[in-house]
Amino acid sequence: MYRYTDFDAAFVAERNAQFRAQVERRIDGSLTEDEFKPLRLMNGLYLQLHAYMLRVAVPYGTLNSTQMRQLAYIADTWDKGYGHFTTRQNIQFNWPKLRDVPDMLDALAEVQMHAIQTSGNTIRNVTADHFAGAAADEIADPRPVAELIRQWSTDHPEFQFLPRKFKIAVTGSPNDRAVTKAHDIGLRMVRNDAGDPGFEVIVGGGLGRTPMIGKVVRDFLPEADLLPYLEAVVSVWNLLGRRDNKYKSRIKITVHEHGLDDIRARVEERFALLKPAFTGVDQQLLASMKADFAPPAFTDRDTGPFDLAYANDPLFRSWADTNLSAHRAPGYAIAQISLKAHGATPGDATSDQMRLMADLAERYGHDELRVSHEQNIVLPHVHKADLPAIHAALKDAGLATANIGKISDIIACPGMDYCALATARSIPIAQEIATRFDQLKLEHEIGDLKIKISGCINACGHHHVGHIGILGLDRAGVENYQITLGGDHTETAAIGQRTGPGFAADEIVPAIERIVDTYLSERTSAEERFIDTFARVGMTPFKTALYGEADKRAKAA
Amino acid sequence: MPAIFTPKVITANALIEGDVVYLTETDTWSRRLQDAEVLTDEADAQIRLIDASARTDEVVGAYLADVKPGKPGPKPAHFRESYRAKGPSNYPHGKQSEAL
Repeated sequence: MYRYTDFDAAFVAERNAQFRAQVERRIDGSLTEDEFKPLRLMNGLYLQLHAYMLRVAVPYGTLNSTQMRQLAYIADTWDKGYGHFTTRQNIQFNWPKLRDVPDMLDALAEVQMHAIQTSGNTIRNVTADHFAGAAADEIADPRPVAELIRQWSTDHPEFQFLPRKFKIAVTGSPNDRAVTKAHDIGLRMVRNDAGDPGFEVIVGGGLGRTPMIGKVVRDFLPEADLLPYLEAVVSVWNLLGRRDNKYKSRIKITVHEHGLDDIRARVEERFALLKPAFTGVDQQLLASMKADFAPPAFTDRDTGPFDLAYANDPLFRSWADTNLSAHRAPGYAIAQISLKAHGATPGDATSDQMRLMADLAERYGHDELRVSHEQNIVLPHVHKADLPAIHAALKDAGLATANIGKISDIIACPGMDYCALATARSIPIAQEIATRFDQLKLEHEIGDLKIKISGCINACGHHHVGHIGILGLDRAGVENYQITLGGDHTETAAIGQRTGPGFAADEIVPAIERIVDTYLSERTSAEERFIDTFARVGMTPFKTALYGEADKRAKAA
Repeated sequence: MPAIFTPKVITANALIEGDVVYLTETDTWSRRLQDAEVLTDEADAQIRLIDASARTDEVVGAYLADVKPGKPGPKPAHFRESYRAKGPSNYPHGKQSEAL
């Protein structure tokens, strides 16, 4: 893992001291809220429905056991004993008091963490594939690149007052687990025909009220050109981006309005100007970061304990079949810890659960944990021989739910239970869907199915790219839920299509059941996933199931 | 005929704790909606809001929220205000669990 240099530590300490003084001046009345708000947002502090919320960056989703334990300590000391992991690999504390936030930030700095640029119109926490450095299908570990981007973008003087927020994601695998096509910039690590490492640069993706799939602005960017090229893209948008209308300010609108070719030409022109300013220091840094992320020392051990448990323990077998992914090293696996126990709040972990996950990572997992954008925790490097013990420990802590990628592994934003922007609640809908399908015992029969729920049009819950997307709205003073089908968050990214009119809160779970029943009766075999069945049969049978034949005839007439 | 003015209360978030507060008749901030002063005159409501918004060392983001007057006090007119008055639905946190 990357370790703070003295420069990094001094920078974070100074920012924390500045923010402490700013909080004091706000409390003693020398700063108004209008003056204070941009300062608190720069440091990740929001004011939500019931309380402040502190959003802490987990850079590219990677943390060690010491950091996870410190998050637990913060949850116990200044919050309500839990934290909420988010779709951008951050953690949010929902109940801090303004006066305590500077102490929380100092506690974070003790373990080399911070909340800088987790909010505001800046380049946000850079996200990456949560299987980085572990996945069998990976070309290269994206984290050194993500760390380089983090250092370049943190407090970048040109990019502190952007037209709007700016989000970058990096993947080193052809199987996109970082939703790169729904980011302002998505970077896919590739090799050209000569075998040289570089990037496919995707620009202008995004969800929100105007969902767009990102477009390839450069199909091969040599590795050494990354920072000047990123700087060119962001600076072109910084000047062109609409500051008159916040709904049109994101780069996806700029690309849409100007056209990809125009943006590409401007970026290339700017890039030619900027490139000579990068004299190679960035590449020296990158080289040292690659060493920081060297793979752990994998050992060659007998997988007998795994095979024995797999043969004899059906609960373990189910968990192993569902929650494990292929690791690059022989005998190893990537284990996902589901934060989606049926009926629980998606993405929440108690402080006790955080400590247990930290212990498991330290004891069995080369001291590494990941936060996935799907709001689960990952043990990226575990030997199969240790999995029975890991599973037993997780079971005791309510963390052994075998549902990764299944219908109850739902992404849900905080919605109107916490968020001041929300137009409806998300969490109870996720809880009800998970509980219902657990009762029906259909989850594993249904197979891979991504449900994603947002409580407003801003789409933090990624509903546009869910196989089934649910969007909560306020319709004449009542919570109402629109459904989209056919969204895809992977390398074949697609925006889901609306089924039709929305459903009331007490109608949405039965509506999802009708969709799932339709899938089960339409699919050619258990191997045909929901998304593939939808692609084959289209919207019609699902519409009929939701709205009935009468409605279809009325529309045709 | 001017449009009928929906009764309102002034609500905001407390500066330090961030939790939801309501302005009372005696110009104090209460954590309970039922203590809130119900404003039935639009001009009066606007003046009260201007004065409340000026109290920036006590609260953040004061605004007028629709209510239904009743006994023992006003009730929220919109579901968002119901959640603000109660707390989140996934845990017994916030106002629903705190001794008031």
